[in-house]
Amino acid sequence: MSAAVIVFPGSNCDRDCKVAVERSTGEQVQMVWHAETELPKGLDLIVLPGGFSYGDYLRCGAMAAQAPIMQAVKKAADDGVTVVGICNGFQVLCEAGMLPGALMRNSSLKYICKPISITVANGQTRFTSGYQGQREIVMTQGNADGNYFADAETLKRIEGEGQVVFRYVDNPNGSVGDIAGLQNERGNVLGMMPHPDRAFEAELGSADGATLFQSIYAAA
Amino acid sequence: MSAPQKTIAQLAEEYGLAPNEYQVLLDRLGREPNQVELGVFSVMWSEHCSYKSSKTQLMKFPVTGERVICGPGENAGVIDIDDGDACIFKMESHNHPSYIEPYQGAATGVGGIMRDVFTMGARPVALLNALRFGDPSHEKSKRLVKGVVSGIGGYGNCVGVPTVAGETNFHKGYNGNILVNAMCVGLARADEIYYSAAPEAGHDVVYFGSKTGRDGIHGATMSSAEFDDESDAKRPTVQVGDPFAEKLLIEATLELMASGAVAAIQDMGAAGLTSSSVEMAGKGGVGVELDLDKVPQRETGMTAYEMMLSESQERMLAVLKPGYEDVGYRIFQKWGLDFAIIGKTTNTGHLVLKHHGDVVCDVPLAPLFDDAPLYDRPWVQPELQPRLDPAEVPAPESWNDAVLKVVACPDMASKRWIWEQYDRHVMADTLQDSSTGADAGVIRVHGTEKGLAVTSDCTPRYVQADPYEGGKQAVAEAWRNLTAVGSRPIAITDNLNFGNPQRPDIMGQIVRATDGMAEACRELDFPVVSGNVSLYNETNGVAIPPTPTVGAVGLLTNYDVTTGFGGAAEGDQLVLIGQTNGELGASIYLREVLGREDGAPPPVDLKLERKTGDFVRGLIEAGELTLVHDLSDGGLIGAAADIALASDVGIELNASSAAHAHAFLFGEDQARYLVAVADADALIAKAKDAGLHASVVGLVKGTDFASSGPKGELFRIPVAHVREFHEGWMPNWIEG
Repeated sequence: MSAAVIVFPGSNCDRDCKVAVERSTGEQVQMVWHAETELPKGLDLIVLPGGFSYGDYLRCGAMAAQAPIMQAVKKAADDGVTVVGICNGFQVLCEAGMLPGALMRNSSLKYICKPISITVANGQTRFTSGYQGQREIVMTQGNADGNYFADAETLKRIEGEGQVVFRYVDNPNGSVGDIAGLQNERGNVLGMMPHPDRAFEAELGSADGATLFQSIYAAA
Repeated sequence: MSAPQKTIAQLAEEYGLAPNEYQVLLDRLGREPNQVELGVFSVMWSEHCSYKSSKTQLMKFPVTGERVICGPGENAGVIDIDDGDACIFKMESHNHPSYIEPYQGAATGVGGIMRDVFTMGARPVALLNALRFGDPSHEKSKRLVKGVVSGIGGYGNCVGVPTVAGETNFHKGYNGNILVNAMCVGLARADEIYYSAAPEAGHDVVYFGSKTGRDGIHGATMSSAEFDDESDAKRPTVQVGDPFAEKLLIEATLELMASGAVAAIQDMGAAGLTSSSVEMAGKGGVGVELDLDKVPQRETGMTAYEMMLSESQERMLAVLKPGYEDVGYRIFQKWGLDFAIIGKTTNTGHLVLKHHGDVVCDVPLAPLFDDAPLYDRPWVQPELQPRLDPAEVPAPESWNDAVLKVVACPDMASKRWIWEQYDRHVMADTLQDSSTGADAGVIRVHGTEKGLAVTSDCTPRYVQADPYEGGKQAVAEAWRNLTAVGSRPIAITDNLNFGNPQRPDIMGQIVRATDGMAEACRELDFPVVSGNVSLYNETNGVAIPPTPTVGAVGLLTNYDVTTGFGGAAEGDQLVLIGQTNGELGASIYLREVLGREDGAPPPVDLKLERKTGDFVRGLIEAGELTLVHDLSDGGLIGAAADIALASDVGIELNASSAAHAHAFLFGEDQARYLVAVADADALIAKAKDAGLHASVVGLVKGTDFASSGPKGELFRIPVAHVREFHEGWMPNWIEG
């Protein structure tokens, strides 16, 4: 599998994503700077990492969605390459129009960092096949703007299409439909607020995140 | 009509120079300084920059050791953690600014301490904070807590360094002066450490990072004075932080270092461009000439004085190796930060500043750098609170109430509301943090089998009662916390927070507390490698409780071999290792249950502390212990409740043979550990062989927290109920 992590100024989980994918799959991961206009050839996986891209002084992810490299990421997604956006990466995907809906300030209006339980809402995706019917998994989250919102019509569509991939067991931020992660219609772009890149070895409290990267690896 | 022009002598007083200090300045200079020169001298000679009242006390600390690569005097301390790896760390206060403007004050405190660490070539990998607020009922407390916590989180979370541990106390003694002490721990290669001494004359001096604005002017002077009712008016002296700029600055600085370009480097912290240029040139024994027209500026029309005194954040000064200018420009262009050559090192021994073509400052560096006034201030022996006889201290009227009061009092209650706002997991190397049951934060040394344990400790009520014993205790507790997770304690950083040193009683606290700390560091082989002093923490003549905070680092050679205090299982026996005399002086029980703050703190027997800790650590390393908790605030009750909550199990304590059950259960005797084991006999025998006292004090059983005493059951409370109280206080108070 050939994988790359996009680095925006202010990304701070870029190394975590690289290490998580490498340790979960044994494959080397390349880093791609936001100012590039082309991606390395032959990628199977592109990861948009967490962090505070461009400081997130505008809406979270809004600046990064306009970065030069994002044109290439969109094209790759159109060509079927797997794209995963985690935390700030999820926000970027929504801002870039690659996923429906938006992420708002948490209902508590506070940054919340804690381990959370999520259910695999759709086990038939290229991201979740490895969970093999395992319903509940644990990852940590850390965000101030993880409150997913979509209008009723959109919500009906994504629920109907099985696009909801993960749901919170105990909704920490007010997300509509307890949505913790969702994919696009085609099923090759995933956005999620919890961090699989912080849950890839048991000593970190959970290795459930490794399964996600291994599922992608198996599908590649 | 304009105000009459002030004379330079009048300005000197306004800038915080004492009349005798101004006289010394005149002698050294041989003439009257101009305003810029006066500004430069006044900040360099401020307490904050010169340590003029504390230096003689700091000399008492042991600062060398087998693992010490760099002790105090640089931006941060450096220790050897094997295999060519080094750990760089320091703690620093941002007390005065945080009281005036809590969000920015705390945020820039975090930013400042991170810069101290990456300036030396380390990637910051962990943050801690030690916070002291006023009485929860004080009108300002909620706003200050909310502001400080969101400031710390807002900065650290954005930069992407996990905040893994900390401590928070409340006491009316901090009503007028809160304490915000932030610690940063970084990792570097031992042969790639960067220092601040400029190498020789003729090198380019470069400025990089954010632009210079008019914020924080004279912040160092503000932090070297007491507060009064008008202190809120000092808000303009507080700096404004930009964590995004800091994140870029970290990456750009480390990239510049990796390119081989850096000969010397210093961050611009307190007193900004002044202290950074003076430090670099002073340490290197060279002169420096700066052209202020080349300083990147955020505002127009800035004067030389404003530029030299600005404390705008996220800025660095470095001396480049010849031929690396283009490399530097390229790196900083990539990261979108300013990079400007603003001067050069010279052989004049002078600090020369040019602005609009004129020389606006030309002063010798020697008096600025190492000839600052030094005071051996008069002091009096602190009045010590007499020891309490346990027999004389009343037992609680209601045991249930007493236990719940202790676990739910502001100092002991869960600080979940605080630490859930901090990213504790970014960098994906956090093994133990504030949310997991362990006496210290533990992180992996990235890519190795090693771990670092980190903690921050001080018990101000002990230091208040007896500065010497309290100083010892702060160091001993840090050592004990690192030991309780199985690590080898290596070194400490200290953050000395006191009142006005010109008062002999306050100076007495400083002298005796540092005596105690120095003694403990020597006995425990626990050298001081960095530190910070914050004096004048008083308002309208009322000083804070003396608070010498200790930040400490320990090494785990294999992070799999570590202990916490979660995971106790039904049937486990609780063994208390260490001697209990029932010390209730200055205890949580005394304050929270009886409403008294008298009595002597528990004495610290450093030899016993070391012997007990070495014994416990030996067992952890041998794989014989999996659950260890030190005893501190709240004594056995506090420790046992922590274990019950972290493990979600019931605990039945047994104080039936104690002469005074309340002294046995609430006493805060030092050098003690509580462990849970399946087979207590073997452990007790080992302790006996080692010459240590150990006995079974309880059992993991059922779902209640309970204890028996000499005359039957003392209390029985469902653990779920204990949890409600322990978790409930903070959210109920702050959101209520």
